[in-house]
Amino acid sequence: MMFRKPPEAAAGLITAYVQGRPVQVNAGESAAAAAMLAGLVATRYSPVSGAPRAPYCMMGICFECLMVIDGIASRQACLVPVQEGMRIEPQDGRRSLAP
Amino acid sequence: MLIIGGGIVGASLAAGMAGRGAKVCVLDGGDTDLRAARANFGLVWVQSKGHDMPAYGRWTRQSADLWPDFSEELADRTGFDLQLSQKGGLSFCVGEEELEQKRSRIARLHNQREPWSADIHVLERAELEALLPGVRLGAKVAGASFCPQDGDCDPLALLRALHATLAFQNVALHRDTKAERIARENGVFRVGTAKGAFAAPRLILAAGHGSRELAPQVGLAAPIRAQRGQILVTERMQSFLPYTGDTIRQTGDGTVMIGATHEDVGFDLGTTADGGAELARHATEVFPDLAQAKLVRTWAGLRVLTPDGCPLYAESETHEGAALVTCHSGVTLAAAHARLLAPALLAGRLGEAFAPFGPARFGKGDDVSQAA
Ligand SMILES: Cc1cc2nc3c(=O)[nH]c(=O)nc-3n(C[C@H](O)[C@H](O)[C@H](O)COP(=O)(O)OP(=O)(O)OC[C@H]3O[C@@H](n4cnc5c(N)ncnc54)[C@H](O)[C@@H]3O)c2cc1C
Ligand code: FES
Repeated sequence: MMFRKPPEAAAGLITAYVQGRPVQVNAGESAAAAAMLAGLVATRYSPVSGAPRAPYCMMGICFECLMVIDGIASRQACLVPVQEGMRIEPQDGRRSLAP
Repeated sequence: MLIIGGGIVGASLAAGMAGRGAKVCVLDGGDTDLRAARANFGLVWVQSKGHDMPAYGRWTRQSADLWPDFSEELADRTGFDLQLSQKGGLSFCVGEEELEQKRSRIARLHNQREPWSADIHVLERAELEALLPGVRLGAKVAGASFCPQDGDCDPLALLRALHATLAFQNVALHRDTKAERIARENGVFRVGTAKGAFAAPRLILAAGHGSRELAPQVGLAAPIRAQRGQILVTERMQSFLPYTGDTIRQTGDGTVMIGATHEDVGFDLGTTADGGAELARHATEVFPDLAQAKLVRTWAGLRVLTPDGCPLYAESETHEGAALVTCHSGVTLAAAHARLLAPALLAGRLGEAFAPFGPARFGKGDDVSQAA
């Protein structure tokens, strides 16, 4: 696995769902972190080239981390704090008009 | 032939003239100029044109009909895909009153019995829904008007393709070369710029808002005013809108363009929260699901408007060889300008066919400068 949590961060775990699979995350961590912890390599596919992309800057600058979070597309997953029960899905190309 | 202005209008004329063997040179200004060709909505739009001037409606339709071939020629020569799509255009009506107004406008148009407008018609809400299956319309959408000849293109690709064509035709396009004064000596126009003087026996003013100051120097008047249009652009979305629209359209890349405001604010190119909110409100009244879409850009441009909004093509009576070309819909008319107006201007007599677009309709010169 590429990403591991530091050992001292074990307190206050909550459960989010990445592509339907439960993942334990510390309260206060981002949805992007949850996606990476879940082992998701591509968090979105480029609407232009279809290339797989993943979070890059983790600070809201690069927009590489756009994901569908709780049904809302194009959210910057690195800026969204994880909530209990949150549903985090990769975004495949262009978003659709209908939710 | 010296053309002042390298926007869509000047470049279309230059390409059309060079294509007919004329020796052409273009002077263009710089990035801080007011440049409508870089700020527009990209429509090739027929349905609303010339309701009060039938010749303008006919002319617009003629240009729309020439567009496929025009765009193909530009693409073949330059490799730029202009993303021309002419599947028809929708003008959405929010509320029964808007639809009623549209209905009576179109009825008046049909009473003129102009063949170009025969296909324009009103769609009731149910017909509009049938045209856009799977798309949720807002509760207040009453319908739309539809014209099968309406279309759109990528207007920046158009401008780049025109400029690339000029290079291919050996037309010199001098950028950052603002025409400051124009004098005529021994039948030759001398145009002074910071980069030296340019001389030619014939001259076309196609400088958009810049023509206002230049026109009197060659015995013409350019009674044009500015009207601001703000535009919003969303992120790329899956295709849901195969037809174009005068307020909402989806580009080939998937972005949704929402436009444009009509504001009389002089030469202020700013964007405003109020303007953006007005556009967003309309867009979500028509397509409520757009409320979720992320906006990625907004900008404003200044329309170049004559008093009646129709094109002005004027040949100088005092300075033979000088002419002025200005219009609002330079994208729509690009094909007609290159293919039909350019040769007429080269011939040196616009003649009867272009008489409706002449300056006579605005009355005397001094009234005209007032209107400006
Ligand atoms: C918001 C908005 C939406 C629009 N939407 C559409 C649309 O959907 N469809 C459509 O058909 N039209 C549309 N238009 C109109 C269209 O953009 C214009 O008709 C077109 O750009 C006009 O082209 P132009 O070449 O006359 O002017 P500009 O594009 O303004 O070009 C004038 C050029 O002249 C140069 N210049 C100025 N002064 C001088 C000088 N003294 N010396 C040398 N060069 C000079 C400038 O640098 C500039 O490059 C829209 C306009 C706006 C503002
Ligand atoms: S990872 Fe760069 S904006 Fe989210």
